[in-house]
Amino acid sequence: MEFSGLLNYALFMGVLIGIYALLALALNIHWGFTGLFNAGVAGFFAVGAYVSAILTGAPAGDRLGGFELPVLLGWVGAMVAAGAIAWPIGRICLRLRSDYLAIATIGVAEIIRLVIKSEDWLTGGPRGITGVPRPFGELDYVASQAAYLVLVALVLAAIYWAVERQLRAPWGRMMKAIRDNEFAAAAMGKDVAARRLEAFVFGSAIMGLAGALFVHFNRSITPEAIDPMIATFLIWIMLILGGSGNNRGAILGAALIWIIWSASELLTDRLPAEMATQAKYVRVFVVGLMLQLVLRFRPEGLLPEEPASRGNRPAGQG
Amino acid sequence: MDFLDFINFYLVPGIVLGAIYAVGAIGITLVFSILRFAHFAHGDMATFGAFVALAFVGTGMDPWTALPLVMAVTAAVAIAIDRTFYDYLVKRPKILTVMASLGIALMIRSVVQVVWGVDPQTYSRGIVRPESFAGVLLRPREIYTLVTVVITVTGLMAFLHYTRWGKAMRAMSDNPDLARLSGVDNRKVTMLTWAIVGALTAASGFMLGINTELNSMMGWNMLLPMFAAAILGGVGRIEGAVVGGLIVGLAEELSVLVVPSQYKSATAFAILLAILLLRPSGLFKGKVL
Repeated sequence: MEFSGLLNYALFMGVLIGIYALLALALNIHWGFTGLFNAGVAGFFAVGAYVSAILTGAPAGDRLGGFELPVLLGWVGAMVAAGAIAWPIGRICLRLRSDYLAIATIGVAEIIRLVIKSEDWLTGGPRGITGVPRPFGELDYVASQAAYLVLVALVLAAIYWAVERQLRAPWGRMMKAIRDNEFAAAAMGKDVAARRLEAFVFGSAIMGLAGALFVHFNRSITPEAIDPMIATFLIWIMLILGGSGNNRGAILGAALIWIIWSASELLTDRLPAEMATQAKYVRVFVVGLMLQLVLRFRPEGLLPEEPASRGNRPAGQG
Repeated sequence: MDFLDFINFYLVPGIVLGAIYAVGAIGITLVFSILRFAHFAHGDMATFGAFVALAFVGTGMDPWTALPLVMAVTAAVAIAIDRTFYDYLVKRPKILTVMASLGIALMIRSVVQVVWGVDPQTYSRGIVRPESFAGVLLRPREIYTLVTVVITVTGLMAFLHYTRWGKAMRAMSDNPDLARLSGVDNRKVTMLTWAIVGALTAASGFMLGINTELNSMMGWNMLLPMFAAAILGGVGRIEGAVVGGLIVGLAEELSVLVVPSQYKSATAFAILLAILLLRPSGLFKGKVL
């Protein structure tokens, strides 16, 4: 590969790592800091992507859209929509054990996929939405990629800063207290249900934002781009490998897993065509196996959660 | 629509589908109540069973003859998965096992996709003519399915209530510590549970395959209805899982009368949310874990 190709690839990877890091940060709010098992990351991601695409896209005759709003408003819309869907789900499921939340969020993601595939007037059905505007899209290709990378990095830094600040504030300590012993926290007068709901909506809104960043980068979206299982699962393994409960771990995990995932694609693309499709499934198998190994040998992740200033939480917490 | 059409096009398919869900939901409820975690690889284990049956059928075996073999193979695989991946997490927070099972689901599915591909397949080609029983149309495979489900459920109920090992399983479901103190070998009960669960998932996957078609996503699509059925019936209640399965299956088939057919599979989710909201212990007073 010549230099410009390499540069392009690096920029492309950088943007996607940024978007996945955002998703891992969001999942860290759910799982790492609040202990909420959200197995429907792809659903909130999809809502953000489609809402922003519809709000900002050019008019299309056969479906809703063409509002041509500024991209920034599309992002806000994506966050609001993803948060709004999280709210009723959280209201219903957060008081139950986390297994139930996982089942419910898998369901949410499946319903969202169903709607996206069936409602042509809204989402373009299987054809999806194309022609989504990209900020700095009028620049030439490399410059546009680079500018978008800067934008994604800024958003990631801002969200990272906000989340870190929030977690070091009393709010964050309270969340961890609720996660580690909800009865003790409740006994001390904390409104456990309301706080969990806050965290659930907050994290889901960030997942929606990641979806919006993705769709404006990619300039189009189809139902295939949000395979619930793969999209959700990759984020989970990023967070577990990086270290749940640690924001830098989440970002590190996102970078590592994404590099492994796309490097393995480069490898399998070189295989003869008849083996290439099968190799795709082998990659999924290997990622699944990686999760098993991490859970078994290093469940705290590469960058474990920093212990609280006084006292440790019970050993073995994910 | 006259009454016979209603029976033939909605009620019978609903009951058949419900019976298939019921068999899967029993497995979910056993893992949930005895091993205490939500087993997300359940659906994909069913897919695996369905495709193993396809391999047997490929050698010229009759599908229904292959069923017991397939159940045995999948039972062994379920035990092996537990030994290799879940067993080490047993002393850790249960949620890690749930996560592991999500990964196992993907791993099993990718094995199926590598070995058998992603195109839909069937056990036998050609159209089966239904037989008419006073206007009620039943295909032989539907009759066999219902008979298999009845035999499986009554056999399992008898096993759980009248045998030593069955009682040990129920004891571990009620109170694992107490069961251990009374001399129940938790490891053996765990293995036995996986054997039964594996066999049941294989049966449900096979029956879905023979009544519709096989594809690598079939089990994943069954997961939500099976969980809905198990929670609707009440976690830990075999009879609850059966009733829950029938309700979910019937509701899916009947939903076509009121919502567009592409949203048929959303019915299970609606039932799940409704039951979590209104009565988390389920119809039969199961556990809320």
